[in-house]
Amino acid sequence: MSALPDRPPGTACPSAIPALSHLLGVTLLGHWRGNLGRVLLSVLGIALGVAMGLAVELIHQVAVDDFAHSARRLSGQADLVLRGDGVGFPEALYPRLVADARVAAASPGVEATLTLPGRSESLKVLGLDPFRARALNQPGQAWLGGAAAAGMDRFSLLDPDAIALTEAAAGALGLAPGDSLPARAGTGSVRLRVVAVLPGAAGRHGLMDIAGAQWLFGEPGRIHRLDLRLAPGVDRDLFARELLAGLPPGVRVEAPEAPGSRAAEASRAYRVNLGVLAGIALFTGLFLVFTTQWLSVLRRRPQFALLRTLGATRGQLRTLLLTEAGLLGLLGAGLGAALGVGLAAAGLAALGGDLGAGYFAGLAPELRVPPGTLAAYLALGVGAALVGAWLPAREAARMSPARGLRPGDAETWLRGWQRPGPGLLLLGLGAALPFAPPLAGIPVFAYAAIALLILGAAALLPWLLARLGGRLPRPAGALSGLALARLTGAPGQAALAVAAIVVSVALVTAMAVMVTSFRDSVEAWLHQVLRADVYARSGRAEGSGYLDAAAQARLAALPGVAAAEFLRHRKLHLDPARPPVDLMARPISPATAGTVLPLREVLDAPLHPGTAPAWVSEAGRDLHGWRLGERFELPLGDARAAFTVAGVWRDYGRQHGTAVIDLAHYRRLTGDAAVNDAALWVTGMPAEAVARQLRQEFGPGLEVRLPGEVRRLSLAAFDRSFAVTYALEAVAVLVGLFGVSAVFSAQSLVRRAEFGVLRHLGMTRRQVGGMIAAEAALLALAGILTGALAGLAASLVLVAVVNPQSFHWSMDLRLPAGQLALFYAALLVLAALTALASSRAAMRGEAVLAAREE
Amino acid sequence: MMRLMLTLLVALMLLGQPALAARADFAPSRAVTYPPVRPDTRLEFPRDHGSHPDYRTEWWYLTGWLEEPGGGPLGFQVTFFRSRPPRESANPSAFNPRQLIFAHAALADPALGRLRHAERSARAGLGLAGAEAGNTRVWIDDWHLSLGADGRYRAHVAAEGWGLDLELAPTQSLLLQGQGGYSRKGPGAQEASHYYSWPQLRVSGTLRRDGRAVGVRGSAWLDHEWSTTILNPAAAGWDWTGVNLNDGGALMAFRIRDKTGGSLWAGGTRRDAAGGVRVFSPAEVSWRPLRQWRSPRTGVVYPVAWRLAVPGLAMELRPLLDDQELDGRGSTGTLYWEGAVRALAPGGAAGAEIGRGYLELTGYGGELDL
Repeated sequence: MSALPDRPPGTACPSAIPALSHLLGVTLLGHWRGNLGRVLLSVLGIALGVAMGLAVELIHQVAVDDFAHSARRLSGQADLVLRGDGVGFPEALYPRLVADARVAAASPGVEATLTLPGRSESLKVLGLDPFRARALNQPGQAWLGGAAAAGMDRFSLLDPDAIALTEAAAGALGLAPGDSLPARAGTGSVRLRVVAVLPGAAGRHGLMDIAGAQWLFGEPGRIHRLDLRLAPGVDRDLFARELLAGLPPGVRVEAPEAPGSRAAEASRAYRVNLGVLAGIALFTGLFLVFTTQWLSVLRRRPQFALLRTLGATRGQLRTLLLTEAGLLGLLGAGLGAALGVGLAAAGLAALGGDLGAGYFAGLAPELRVPPGTLAAYLALGVGAALVGAWLPAREAARMSPARGLRPGDAETWLRGWQRPGPGLLLLGLGAALPFAPPLAGIPVFAYAAIALLILGAAALLPWLLARLGGRLPRPAGALSGLALARLTGAPGQAALAVAAIVVSVALVTAMAVMVTSFRDSVEAWLHQVLRADVYARSGRAEGSGYLDAAAQARLAALPGVAAAEFLRHRKLHLDPARPPVDLMARPISPATAGTVLPLREVLDAPLHPGTAPAWVSEAGRDLHGWRLGERFELPLGDARAAFTVAGVWRDYGRQHGTAVIDLAHYRRLTGDAAVNDAALWVTGMPAEAVARQLRQEFGPGLEVRLPGEVRRLSLAAFDRSFAVTYALEAVAVLVGLFGVSAVFSAQSLVRRAEFGVLRHLGMTRRQVGGMIAAEAALLALAGILTGALAGLAASLVLVAVVNPQSFHWSMDLRLPAGQLALFYAALLVLAALTALASSRAAMRGEAVLAAREE
Repeated sequence: MMRLMLTLLVALMLLGQPALAARADFAPSRAVTYPPVRPDTRLEFPRDHGSHPDYRTEWWYLTGWLEEPGGGPLGFQVTFFRSRPPRESANPSAFNPRQLIFAHAALADPALGRLRHAERSARAGLGLAGAEAGNTRVWIDDWHLSLGADGRYRAHVAAEGWGLDLELAPTQSLLLQGQGGYSRKGPGAQEASHYYSWPQLRVSGTLRRDGRAVGVRGSAWLDHEWSTTILNPAAAGWDWTGVNLNDGGALMAFRIRDKTGGSLWAGGTRRDAAGGVRVFSPAEVSWRPLRQWRSPRTGVVYPVAWRLAVPGLAMELRPLLDDQELDGRGSTGTLYWEGAVRALAPGGAAGAEIGRGYLELTGYGGELDL
């Protein structure tokens, strides 16, 4: 370092320029080689964020597209579709509309979900009249062709037990033409015959003749949909409005593409939630790039100073550093994109288009990778790296070459962190934002608030340390005294380590508190809703299984059954833009509601005149405006039935709104005597015996479950679905330790002289190590305390704002105190060890030489 | 993510085992027994104008020539088919497909050079489609053919770009084909149909074409035929013609072809101007193709011009236009040629027209499935 050319700084030598770019390249490569571990981790961080985000986006895009496409195909060239909810509408509407001069063609349909005994999946079945379907170019054409190709006569698809399957359905069920398909109908069973596999048909569903479907699903005289093609020149919207006015309640008129947009709408909050998790991973990557570059700038100060004196401009230096980061980002993003596409393909294959969330049930979409999406995510990865590298690059460029050549002068440029303004501003915004309403149903501001709270705490801590530092009492031991002095005296440098720990601790705390709160709430909820001794279910809403009056009587009369309670579950379409709400009719009255349902709000005023009480879920209240004491109507039977909201309850089982009404009232309104579920109370024998008896008596037509079983399965499923958050917690811990390691590695460079002097003064290596460990532990402690506070605040936002706004689920706040304390302690120890490991070089004997150099 | 567990919960609750108690009322369809066509069945009217739902197939076949003011002649066809599927079930649904109704309509317009063609298919029921017993009334949506109390047929078909609204008045009595309406179609006694025709119907009505409606007049021929086993298993198709002779007489002739193109069976009936009826035996009907035409759409080759001879009458059948191929594969599943033809005196000079009628050529485009 003594052979410097005698040239004033900042004057470039033209002949040195080619050599300079070469030098820059060498600098870059040398740096990467020397920090391979850090560089790889930064790349991985970026890759993880890009991969998660891209995979979620790809899967969702494919699922929504396929769902919309499939819905569109089922409607063929229809202009409008009339849809009834679960029970449909009278078939007489169909001839009436055929006779309407404004209707060019009409195709009736019966829709239901076929419950398949012995299989975990169910099959959506559409019953069509192939002759009418043909006029609208619905899949009927392929259906006729499919039967002919399978060697069946032309009439075979009209048989009531004949079913044609789409290729996807046939593949998923492992069926070929000629095979038989056992299915549940009511409490009995039927055997359907596969007569055709429809080539090229989208979606996973079965097609039947409408007559057979009506018979199978036990709904004579009713159809569920009517696809219409209008005569030329008829105004679609005007016709739809006029038509709607004359329709029975509960029947809606919509464009064929409506189901696709409804599905996209339904899964949006879920998608955003996954997107935020991907964002956290990407932020981690950004932070890793930041520390890597910061450290590299620190290490290469002499090199950069040399380059500057050789004629490199500030701009060139900045470009060098940003290029480095950009390359890291590109590497990470490329890796992430590949990983993301792979993840998406695997996810689609394993879980279907909804990542198992049930929004697009019955679809097996094929992965498509739109170049635009791919480019956007690559750009996101590179962008994150550039943002992470921007501050270090700027600082490196600002440094004056003369100072850079002097070791030990790395303090100045983090001084800005010691001002309280930015941190306070972030915290203030973070505290205010959760009160803003959601944007289009997405808690955008609450998510932003969480980020601001965590960043604000991290930004404020260095200033706080500096202010507090002077007032803290000096500890007795010389070593810890030195450590504390160091910490409070040079907070600029420590800021980074502290910030990393704050972010890490806050993320872990927030996620842990939220998951624990949710899990405890779910557990308590399960205890409250599962009160009976045995549960029996014949089918889901809109499914092909149900219990008729005779079956109900048989159930109630079984030996050992002291009491039986029945539940009718139906889907009601209220808002064309939203998924249907769940209607549950069960014996309930204002007096018993509190024991039957986990009520959150109870009405103590009288009902509106002429209404019956209904207890609605929180989602019903939020999405459909059913506030306590308000009057609302439901399309039941052939009229609109009026209800007053008598209570609001917590329903973790359904997401789009639930209304519970009294079963007897429901039967009076609709004349529908069937039920889906039965809850049985047992006396005089174990519940298991009754369950066994039920299975014998009804065969597998009835699913029989004991409440303990349901609880166990539900919680196991809960834990599985939250596994992703545990992985993210691990990543967050890595961020914290990474920050500590970066800071102490940097210090081992910068403080070589200091350590050398200390050794020179007679301190042993152990003593220096102890000082470093104490410093790191103190640093970590400050970070943990701040991070825990920030994390708690963030978890409050998650529990009280994000979850209610995204999913309309409230939960009770629970602190996993022991778990967190253990984690904090472990982090403290790990931070100290990381610091020691990173400072090895500084503690070695050469340090003494370094002091002499000085 | 949070939705996930609830889906899993539901999925887990639905795990079940195979084999259930069968639902008693829901049963697959069973083969139906069609009544045979018997020579001793006496046709009675108006009862036999109506549908015979027990038999396998039935059709009401209206063909004829129309004249529009200031235009050349046009051919038209309005046909309703009834088909009883081979299996049926006790399904109480109003959609239960016990009877299927198909309809073909075509307009042979030399100016266009091919047929305007439309078809409808539906199951009988819900008032939307059906074939009544007791008198002729067969319909799909707004398409219909019926015999009114005034003794006149009314036909209405409306397709995209064209439509017909016709009234058809008998000018003569109806003509029982074969032995009192028992028409043999093959060597087996069962291979037969109940069959009567109504030649020389006087047509008046409206033709709607490309948004323009014109009054039309003409003459037509109605066939009503029902059967259970119309064809011998060796049959590949048939050639049929019905000609309204200019002198007021009528000729119906057909032959059933085997797979080599030879005649498996043949028959015909002539009613002369004085009302005398003669039924021909298979050997008395001679069909000789004069000219082939290949369909540019399907590649099928049809003999569109013929020399036809029965005792006492010979004629050449010349198509109004060559391309009168009708693709009914979307409804009845058949591809055939059904066209307006002129009957010319054999070997005579041009213009020696002795009648006008329709020619039907089936089974040239592959297997025929009735």
